[in-house]
Amino acid sequence: MAALILETRGLTKTYAGVTANQDVDFALPQGQIRALIGPNGAGKSTFVGMLCGRIPATRGTVLFDGKDISHLPAHKRIALGIAYTFQITSVFAGLSVRENIALAARRAGGDDARVDEVLARVALSDRAEQTAGDLSYGHQRILEIGMGLAQTPRLFILDEPTQGLAESEVAEFKALITGLRDTTILLIEHNMSVVMETAQFITVLNHGEILAEGTPDDIRANSHVQAAYLGTEDA
Amino acid sequence: MDRALTLHLAIIAALALAFFILPAYHAGNLARIMVLAIYAMGYNLAFGYTGLLSLGHALFFGAGMYGLSLSMQHLGTPTLPALAIALACAAVVAGVVGALALRTKGVAFMIVTLMFAQAGYLVALYFSEWTRGEEGFVLPQTMRQIAGIDLTTAMGRYFAALVLFAITLLIIGHIVRAPFGRTLIAIRENEARATMLGYDVQRLKWIALVISGTISGLAGATYALLFGYAGASFAAVPYSILPLLYVLLGGAGTTLGPLIGAAFMIYLFDLSADITDAYMLIAGVVLVLLTMFLPQGILGTLRARRFKWLP
Repeated sequence: MAALILETRGLTKTYAGVTANQDVDFALPQGQIRALIGPNGAGKSTFVGMLCGRIPATRGTVLFDGKDISHLPAHKRIALGIAYTFQITSVFAGLSVRENIALAARRAGGDDARVDEVLARVALSDRAEQTAGDLSYGHQRILEIGMGLAQTPRLFILDEPTQGLAESEVAEFKALITGLRDTTILLIEHNMSVVMETAQFITVLNHGEILAEGTPDDIRANSHVQAAYLGTEDA
Repeated sequence: MDRALTLHLAIIAALALAFFILPAYHAGNLARIMVLAIYAMGYNLAFGYTGLLSLGHALFFGAGMYGLSLSMQHLGTPTLPALAIALACAAVVAGVVGALALRTKGVAFMIVTLMFAQAGYLVALYFSEWTRGEEGFVLPQTMRQIAGIDLTTAMGRYFAALVLFAITLLIIGHIVRAPFGRTLIAIRENEARATMLGYDVQRLKWIALVISGTISGLAGATYALLFGYAGASFAAVPYSILPLLYVLLGGAGTTLGPLIGAAFMIYLFDLSADITDAYMLIAGVVLVLLTMFLPQGILGTLRARRFKWLP
């Protein structure tokens, strides 16, 4: 098995007595495309928020590349090679598309050539000078994914990237994700076709805890997962 | 050479010419406008570009003013070292205030900066033995010179103001188009996003505030030097609000907005004072109209509608 790029031990988050995540032990090997799924309120966003430092953990440890990053602020974790796209689209609305990508690329040491390369890759080259806030919703989502790519991350965390995308855009997204080399991907996703077609391995969260882990086929056949999703009594 | 730099140089050249063309009264006004525009440019870096709505910049203006005038008055420091002291005072005050105030955001930041500035104003009153409080003191005419150039003449004063204005404008013009300045704009636009791109937002905001405060201090020192007077009223609340008004009127986040806003406001007060004693009323109505119809300020609106390249 490849070396682990990310690992959590006993990661827990409680909000005023409500537990969002409870003792999550999670391991992600380098180079894998991993999907993180679960019903609404299962604690997926909180979990990845604790990984990249947006949300302080109540307790527990986050290891990146074997190094304890639990006490690093978000920007330092990002600088180590993590990129994160927001669940609710978050771009620099008043700046041009090119400037958005450039801001992401520059922090990672990328130059203008890198910006052009990313723009071409996400098919936004002909809209490069448009104001990001004027783009359609779908294009804004794609811009945000482009910003993540421009960071040349080693670990790319995407929080529901295909939400609100048209079917053709979802297909492009799948091609984009599976075409990435040298990047480990952690994908929160509700669209099961995206999950089943892109992910090599799936983690299911429910009530803030890991319910099941396995290959797409394992997860599809898992009766606990079916119960959690369909709301039937646990088998 | 690019358009933005050409525009800045053209404005500087036009201001240099203006001294020889304008009647003495207006040239004198323009000298004051340039000094206050330096102040507003400093303020604009924090508010217009970084999105830090400070209500306490009079503290930095005052730190520069007193740094220069107290050292000249009581220690007999020559002009250039006194200017250096003024800049150092403003930078240190901005550094300390920034370190504390930037722990807050939004309305809390406004209140904290306002309180710091009030404390600074009260300190100036408390030490009235040296500062002469609200009444202030006049700088000795003989001391107000740089390298033999008399700053008490109309020409010396005008060109000293112009040189400092030009230096500030060129520095600001450079900063806001360099990667550092682009990142400040990104912080203003979407702070959470900037953080998640790996930028140390806290540190960048602090640096922006220190530069902003130091430029404001330069303006305060220049004001005392050129107009020969330092008083606590320059450290009081109205002097925190003025640069905000200049910047809003001229266009927040534009390099020339502060100059245009300062010129507009000063002439607005001037002209309405000719018409009626209730000149603040006229000024108020004009301000309300501008806010309603040009919410992005004069240059901000021009940039949005027509000249996207405006710096």
